[in-house]
Amino acid sequence: MASSIRVRATSNGDTTEVQALIQHPMDSGFVKDAKGEIIPPHFIQQLTFEYDGKPVFVADWGGGVSKDPYVKFAFKGGKKGDDLKVSWVDNKGATDTTTAKIQ
Amino acid sequence: MTRRLAIRAAIATFALGMLACGPARAADSVDPAADKAAFQKFFTSKFPKLKLEDFVNGPYSMNEDLHKQWEEKEQFPPYEFSLEAGKEMFTTPFKNGKTYADCFPNKGIGIRQNYPYFDEKEGKVVTLELALNRCREANGEAPFSYVKDDMAALTAYMAFTSRGKPMDIQIPNDPRALQAYQKGKEYFYTRRGQLNFSCATCHIQSPGERIRAEVLAPALGILNAMPIYRSEWSGMGTTSRRFTTCNSQIRGVPLNPQDDEYRNLEYYLSYVSNGLPISGPGARP
Amino acid sequence: MSGAIRAIFAASALLLATASTALAASEADYKAAYAAAEAANKEAGALRNQWTTTASTLSAAKKAGDAGDFDTAVAQAKEAEALAKASIFQATSEKERWKDMEVR
Repeated sequence: MASSIRVRATSNGDTTEVQALIQHPMDSGFVKDAKGEIIPPHFIQQLTFEYDGKPVFVADWGGGVSKDPYVKFAFKGGKKGDDLKVSWVDNKGATDTTTAKIQ
Repeated sequence: MTRRLAIRAAIATFALGMLACGPARAADSVDPAADKAAFQKFFTSKFPKLKLEDFVNGPYSMNEDLHKQWEEKEQFPPYEFSLEAGKEMFTTPFKNGKTYADCFPNKGIGIRQNYPYFDEKEGKVVTLELALNRCREANGEAPFSYVKDDMAALTAYMAFTSRGKPMDIQIPNDPRALQAYQKGKEYFYTRRGQLNFSCATCHIQSPGERIRAEVLAPALGILNAMPIYRSEWSGMGTTSRRFTTCNSQIRGVPLNPQDDEYRNLEYYLSYVSNGLPISGPGARP
Repeated sequence: MSGAIRAIFAASALLLATASTALAASEADYKAAYAAAEAANKEAGALRNQWTTTASTLSAAKKAGDAGDFDTAVAQAKEAEALAKASIFQATSEKERWKDMEVR
């Protein structure tokens, strides 16, 4: 199975722009399926981007975030060729991590 | 009283007028090439600023705000996961060791623009989705649902390998092919459902205009972008899904995916978009 | 109060009276109305033009019928029949009229 995280980070010297797309159902727990039964909540609770061992972006999410969420942000610093680590934990304790090279 | 009579007379003459121009039109022979020219001319004159190939991007070419959002979205398209899954499915052999590539010309790569085609042996239109499921069944696999993710993933990959190639639908010199085309056209323009809409009501008369919060796509090039990731569906949809959903939205009971009517409709709609590039898989709001 | 208005009142009272006697529908009424609606919807199906509203009204009629509420069931079945007939009319008239919309 391929990673659930797609990241692209590009540095322009001063700042690094990061875009990420994460594959996740993000079920809120308020939606019913075709049979009328509640689809149990299943969503990412925390998403972290780490650069140089320090978090540069941390998001605390809930059921209100859309399926397959997309994130875009920029941070100061970041050098081309360095690693950017992305990880998420969901409410069922599942987790995924990936590392991308800053371009 | 006299006024009412006058109105009635006016209506009568109007009706007569309709009758008079009726037979002239009824003598229509089926001329796909002329249809295509008129169809494309209709859109290019309705939207003089757009280039022909812009139409394949549907509502994004009609609305500036949407266009900006789309450019951003295309940097990280939401159909990417499906595309990857499709590629994996396409290259993974069946239980008998064969692959999808064995069922298609040129191993299935870069051929999307030739579908649907008219199969002279069967005497019917064969769409890409139908061909994919037939390929599965011929190799002892269960067919996929026409509207769901697996089929969308496969067609997404096949469309991706054909991106930029102009739609190239042929109508062979066979009366049945011409009839299939004509039936597809009839379906496209026929009003149905309680709301009394035809496909043309939205996609010919009102492209670029809003229906509630959405911007309607032009019929020209609409299939070139299939399959699509629709944010509204939060998932992928095939051409079959588009057709059936359109029907139920106008309160008509949808037919089964890949019924003859839908196959003919796809044939017609693809033919009149000949020459426009394949842009699928697409993303729509 | 003119005579005319009084007459209207009287007429509507009469209408109400006849309507209320007609409302006491039996199971047989329901079955007949339902069968008629279903037949019309089947005809629309043969023309490949059923409406979703016909189907939902039919199932509402069936639900009321199963619950023994034949007044509602008959009313719903009649509504469904009217919808099905309208869809038949639509499909029939569109056999030629679709050409009016064609881009040529």
